[in-house]
Amino acid sequence: MLAKELEKAGIPTAHITAMTPVALGVSSVRVVQGKEIVSPLGNAKMDSQTEQKLRMQIIANALRALQTDVKESTLFDDNKGG
Amino acid sequence: MAKKLRVVHYINQFFGGIGGEDKASIPPQIIAGPAGPGKAIQNVLGASGEVVATAICGDNYFGEKMEQAADELIGMISQYNPDVLIAGPAFESGRYGVACASLCKAVKERLKIPAVTGMYEENPGVEMYHKDVHIVSTGVSVKTMTEAISKMVNIASRLANGEKIGKPSVDGYFPLGVVTNEEVDRTGAERVVDMLLKKLRGEPFETEVVQPKHRIVTPASRIADMRNATIALVTDGGLVPKGNPDKIEASNATKFGEYSFIGTQSLDSADYDVNHGGYDTTLVKQNPNRLVPVDAMRQMERDKVIGKLYEKYFVTAGVSTRAEMARKFAQSIAAELKAGGVSGVILTST
Repeated sequence: MLAKELEKAGIPTAHITAMTPVALGVSSVRVVQGKEIVSPLGNAKMDSQTEQKLRMQIIANALRALQTDVKESTLFDDNKGG
Repeated sequence: MAKKLRVVHYINQFFGGIGGEDKASIPPQIIAGPAGPGKAIQNVLGASGEVVATAICGDNYFGEKMEQAADELIGMISQYNPDVLIAGPAFESGRYGVACASLCKAVKERLKIPAVTGMYEENPGVEMYHKDVHIVSTGVSVKTMTEAISKMVNIASRLANGEKIGKPSVDGYFPLGVVTNEEVDRTGAERVVDMLLKKLRGEPFETEVVQPKHRIVTPASRIADMRNATIALVTDGGLVPKGNPDKIEASNATKFGEYSFIGTQSLDSADYDVNHGGYDTTLVKQNPNRLVPVDAMRQMERDKVIGKLYEKYFVTAGVSTRAEMARKFAQSIAAELKAGGVSGVILTST
């Protein structure tokens, strides 16, 4: 809801969530794959350096989404999407 | 005489009595007979049917691996040779509602038996699956369980016995978007004039053809110059400064907060609480950057990928948030961001 309304107000919004089917289905337009429901930008099973790399990768996807024009709900994941 | 129906019931870890959010990652399992609200289903069925098994899965397990969870559950469910699947009801629980509806759709397609679920109208499961599955319209809370069960069993039994279901407004389910032919006494011309007269008089009338609501997607333009852009972080994961100074509610939030992290390079667990009724907040409390990624955004600033991280983040708790409330939040936040020269938002959700 928030993502959709922010976009309507003219602010491109990258929505990071693990529940991407829901975000895509309920009309966030720039959807970015998060890691886990309870930890969208983290993974407690990793050591902190690897976890930091993961976080940077997800943020990189989000920034890529913000720089991409989209016509419909679109998923951004790893190095693909858009 | 209709045969005794074999019903399988699907519920989540909470209704299965296994645990709350701490058990939301449990994998699928199945037990014989009814459990939790399944017992009420059995009561309503009476001699006409039997809840032969109850399938259970954690909401996070299903949410993170939807296809795999459905596969595993279908394997277990098929062993019981059911005539119909009843899932939930999920009321407002978004993950649970999505799991119920998604499983119903998969069961219909692969086991070729009818499947029925129930949830509140704002549950994302409705928007995602109302065309694929009969979804009974329930109230917001568990208080409406009895009525929900009664409607679900009614529809499930009729579908399983090959009987006609009434119109959505009569049997209490969300329209599937299907137009069916019916024989009536009056001509179309008479009926439409009658509707028009009622409309002109301001009286209620029921349309026969509902115009489909097109999902209007209005994306904002992309950011062309990221190196000089200011990006803001927003979250509905309930991360608040220690003590929750503005008392943002953990569910049904009526407010959002805005908090500064001027100068901070990374969020420190000691400075924050996580106030959110809908997920296990342990991992985020341990390291708040897992939800509001200040450390990564600061790195992006240092690497000159972005111009600046906006000095404040915005937070609410996205549990049972009314659509209207979400709209109001977004409009307020957008106004402030525009005034602050912010070009884009990264929104993080649990």
